[in-house]
Amino acid sequence: MSNLEDLYREVILDHYRSPRNKGELPPPATCTEGANPLCGDEIKIFLDVADGVVRDVRFSGHGCSISQASASMMTAIVKGKPLTDVRAVAKRFKQLMTIEEDDGTTPTDIRLGDIEALQGVVKYPVRIKCAVLGWNTLLEGLDSTST
Amino acid sequence: MTLDVAALRDEFPMLSRRVGGKPIHYLDSANSSHKPNCVIDAMSTFMREAYSPIGRSSYALASEASNAYEGARSKVAGFINAYSPCEVVFTKNATESLNLAAQSWGRANLGKGDAIVLTHMEHHANIVPWQMLAKEKGFEIRWVPLTPDFQLDLSSLDQLLRGAKAISFTSMSNVLGTINPTRELCEAAHAAGAIAIVDGCQSVPHMTTDVRAMGADMLAFSSHKMCGPTGVGVLWAREALLDAMPPFLGGGGMISEVRLDDFTCAELPNKFEAGTPPIVEVIGLGAAVDFLNRVGMTEIRRHEIEMTNYAYRALTARYGDAITIHGPTNPELRGATFSFAFRDVHPHDVSQVLDQHNVYVRAGHHCAKPLMRIIGANATARASMYLYSNEADVDALVDALDDVSSIF
Ligand SMILES: Cc1ncc(COP(=O)(O)O)c(C=O)c1O
Repeated sequence: MSNLEDLYREVILDHYRSPRNKGELPPPATCTEGANPLCGDEIKIFLDVADGVVRDVRFSGHGCSISQASASMMTAIVKGKPLTDVRAVAKRFKQLMTIEEDDGTTPTDIRLGDIEALQGVVKYPVRIKCAVLGWNTLLEGLDSTST
Repeated sequence: MTLDVAALRDEFPMLSRRVGGKPIHYLDSANSSHKPNCVIDAMSTFMREAYSPIGRSSYALASEASNAYEGARSKVAGFINAYSPCEVVFTKNATESLNLAAQSWGRANLGKGDAIVLTHMEHHANIVPWQMLAKEKGFEIRWVPLTPDFQLDLSSLDQLLRGAKAISFTSMSNVLGTINPTRELCEAAHAAGAIAIVDGCQSVPHMTTDVRAMGADMLAFSSHKMCGPTGVGVLWAREALLDAMPPFLGGGGMISEVRLDDFTCAELPNKFEAGTPPIVEVIGLGAAVDFLNRVGMTEIRRHEIEMTNYAYRALTARYGDAITIHGPTNPELRGATFSFAFRDVHPHDVSQVLDQHNVYVRAGHHCAKPLMRIIGANATARASMYLYSNEADVDALVDALDDVSSIF
């Protein structure tokens, strides 16, 4: 029998209970909305990008522990990072979630840290969508700021 | 007489499935029900021994299969006390039935300046088909709101119905469990010169249905929620109404004549059954109707009232204010479907932990997003019961919720 402790690791519950970077940023920061129509989870990602660096990031919305914890961890890791690194981290995360193949282009020195704890989600395929909601919304936000 | 639930459970092979070596507690029957052996056997026996296309061929087996198919139609007609089997149209599911109502009756009868009435507790299947048509035709959609105790607020019903051509409403909410006063709504509609379309998905499987007593003009429901197979649904409508309605899907089976420049429709109900129908599934639905009649709809309803009482007491005794049940408290006014919030734990997390205990509930918006917004929930967990649900299922739910508390 699979074990729920694999899914609900302590570090995940910690980010769920005390989310990092939860809130909003005023314009000119951009705001991108994402939703998981299947479960009704909704998220907003606020991004302040300048000189190719994510200077600040916030998230708001509501969702299950996995989507909230994943978004919280995401903001913690991407804050202050150059866009190329952010994209690489996102790619590595999607590989972890098994929804992208490792095509050998992700730099090997990209570390996910705490985020590795989300690996347990892979055993529960319906929850993968929860885990990637924030990340997909972040990527969408990056795409719209760079155009 | 009360149901012999233990004996009934033995008729449902899925209920003895074990997952991870432990029994399962299926609490998602509002979504779809399990199937008794007699339904499974009717379908496989038909495919093994009597399968044939129907209607089009003249050999002996084809007419035997046609008789079986039409026999199932008669059973369904009897089950809902229709005036005639020709009023029973087989569709793919209730969703298609409601789309048929909108695209056929609605398209012919609704235009600019017209209005229809829906309610705040509808399933998307009874909202979106009307919105699709309204976008095209420009008619108005009005809404019956809810009272604080999760009933339809009928105080302004007559006003809402004024000048409306139809009301389409659910006989029982798939989220709240609320049983609506179907007869009163149909009478109000008729008094206002409107027709009454009933989404019977959640009530037809659980209580006696009598379209004549109800006074409805149309009734939609799905086989898979009433012990029958997936792939078949029903639209019942009064014969005069069906006669006046234009066809919905075109093709073989629904015509009496086709020329290069025109076609004429077949008689009812074939007019609305284009293409090869789900023959095997209809046979299965017929067997499900036989099964439900054998068990007894009155007894099923009584059992579900008892289970509702049991579940209410068990959940509130253990968890008090930590559990919020979105729905009427009086078991006479509701079905055995419980949407609930548990502490402030997200419903997905609740259902995930319950799953670990083989307690199967549904989490999400239950295809009723407008209703969810109105009750102020983005999602709920929902436990729903049927004729085979027992105290052990409820006890397992109550115990497993303890584990939710310990994790979150
Ligand atoms: C009230 C109600 N209406 C309509 C439907 C749609 O039924 P189906 O998915 O079988 O078409 C459902 C099923 O979820 C329902 O509960």
